[in-house]
Amino acid sequence: MAAPVLRVDDLRVWYHTGRGPVKAVDGVTFDVISEERLGLVGESGSGKSTIALALMRLIRPPGKIESGSIRLDGVDVLEVSEEHMRRLRLATLALVAQGAMNSLNPVVRVREQIVDAMHDHDEHLPARAANERVISLLDQVGLRPEVADRFPHELSGGMKQRVCIAIAICLRPKVIIADEPTSALDVVVQRQVMETLERVQEMLNASVVLVGHDMGLMAQFVDRLGVMYAGRLVEVSPVNDVFAEPLHPYTQLLIASLPSFEHKGTFRGIPGLAPSLLDRPSGCSFHPRCPHAMPRCSIEDPSLTEVRPGRWVACHLYDASSVTP
Amino acid sequence: MTALLEARKVTKAFGGGLLDKRVTVALDDFSFAIEENPRVTAVVGESGSGKTTLARLLLGLISPTTGQVLYDGHDLRHLTGEQRRAFLRDVQMIFQDPYEVYNPFYRVEHVLETPIAEFKLASSPQARRALIQESLRAVGLRPDETLGRYPHQLSGGQRQRIMVARAVLMRPRLIIADEPVSMVDASLRATILESLSQLNRDYGMSIIYITHDLTTAYQISDNIIVLYRGSVAEAGTVDLVVREPKHPYTQLLIQSVPQPNPSLAWGSTDIRAETADVSNGTMQVEVGGAVGLVPTAAAVSAAAKARGGHLLTGCPFADRCPHVMAICRENPPPLFRIDQGRVATCFLYRDREVLSSEQLGEVF
Repeated sequence: MAAPVLRVDDLRVWYHTGRGPVKAVDGVTFDVISEERLGLVGESGSGKSTIALALMRLIRPPGKIESGSIRLDGVDVLEVSEEHMRRLRLATLALVAQGAMNSLNPVVRVREQIVDAMHDHDEHLPARAANERVISLLDQVGLRPEVADRFPHELSGGMKQRVCIAIAICLRPKVIIADEPTSALDVVVQRQVMETLERVQEMLNASVVLVGHDMGLMAQFVDRLGVMYAGRLVEVSPVNDVFAEPLHPYTQLLIASLPSFEHKGTFRGIPGLAPSLLDRPSGCSFHPRCPHAMPRCSIEDPSLTEVRPGRWVACHLYDASSVTP
Repeated sequence: MTALLEARKVTKAFGGGLLDKRVTVALDDFSFAIEENPRVTAVVGESGSGKTTLARLLLGLISPTTGQVLYDGHDLRHLTGEQRRAFLRDVQMIFQDPYEVYNPFYRVEHVLETPIAEFKLASSPQARRALIQESLRAVGLRPDETLGRYPHQLSGGQRQRIMVARAVLMRPRLIIADEPVSMVDASLRATILESLSQLNRDYGMSIIYITHDLTTAYQISDNIIVLYRGSVAEAGTVDLVVREPKHPYTQLLIQSVPQPNPSLAWGSTDIRAETADVSNGTMQVEVGGAVGLVPTAAAVSAAAKARGGHLLTGCPFADRCPHVMAICRENPPPLFRIDQGRVATCFLYRDREVLSSEQLGEVF
């Protein structure tokens, strides 16, 4: 297997509130392999967006990265200086945030916004070369050159989101973090934006971490999928395996609850509620809702283990079938 | 027989600026009736398709520019006090956002007690309590875990289910649900949809399910109306429309839904990229003469009369359509009957029987 470009090890991000720490991310470990598309899927409050922000080191108080490491090409981004980190952002690690299209400056033309981003990262090109670069970036995301002269309000949501992708790739990053990049877009436009992201990724030989809640989008886009529950990864596997044979009981119930065009019938929601991150249940966080809960599940916290080649799951049901001794 | 709620040749146009000669067509010549026979009808469309405008028109929150919305045969604009009370009881709404409908200072039972008091649904405090508990159980909530709490102590899914419970309490004949699950997590979505379809099955309520999500629409509806930029693209029984879509827009829409199955890849139809992006604008047409902020019925109906009943000047999908023909830009396509139980407004089917817009309800 190719070497990982990004290695996250035992990451903990807590938000400190008057009622104690909210453990949004609590011991998450995963790799992103070169040129791979990794998905992180979870429901609201599962910690997925916090991971995206932590990867960019953009966690602000009351949030704090408590422990762990995020190694990008061997460099721990949690250790480097703020100035060094600022340079890593965009150049090696770029974020397409949720609702990024609303982050464009409404009174600045698209061209200047892209050039600004490059300037900020010491890419000083003469006006003409900069212009050519802008046109070529727009072309890469499927926009016509005229778009450079437009203001954001003159563009549709899908076009704005592509401008954000153009900004994200202007310095050819190695890892693109896309946090719900299409959450406010219609399905047809969503598909176009995702196809754009795919094309750009292949062109740059970059890796993509796609963060979201839509299992359908994950199924269409990613190679490997990590399923989050209450601040932890409960399963990480190749996407085809996750859908064909989910291992963790939460993943099983989640997939069973998805409506599809294939069969029409009764609905199965997951009974119970996601736990409060202030007061997590003891042992496995999912045990109060789990149909297979055993006595030890409420005592011992299962760790993410490779139970079959390439398939990682955090569940006591698989304790006997661990690959690594 | 008089329909419970009927939209008859409804057009809703919104004005631009004071001197603007163009109006935004939110809904163009739409007719549909909810009969006694309880069914679940999905109204599906993307942003700008007119689906929320339709919900607001059906509730009487806004009035049509031309045409009428009728409750039990009476125009919503001219209901007597008594008819209005009956209407408010018969037609219930479930809104998209389960966070905004609650007053944070009241316990959640407030939203259940108010309608009971207002419509005198219970004769004693005991009866009131029993009624509340029954309605909560009907949507799968445990009364002891729900009552006495404040809205912020419940999850979005629980709050939305209380809204469904409120609808149950009123025993309406029709529920209009506008994107009821779009803000709810996947694992709870199924539960809320199940509660809705139970209302239809067990209590015989009709449901209009307004959504952008074709998969959930397919799951719970009997019939579906696909709207595109203010007009009907395709309508019919849900299996026909979803399994074998005929209108090029419906085909594009269904192929674009990301299926939760990696082996069913996104369709490879070519999307005409440059125009496709503009889709989240609504349709704008000139009506001749400045229209001002609120387009008058006279100006709009004059413009529509000149175009054979429609405000639109051509097929709204023409710019994105891979099969576009000259005729598509000249006239808006009427309803063509494709098969028993389905119509599509597309000139590809111009050899089929033409239905008038009022016949939409007869299709399914």
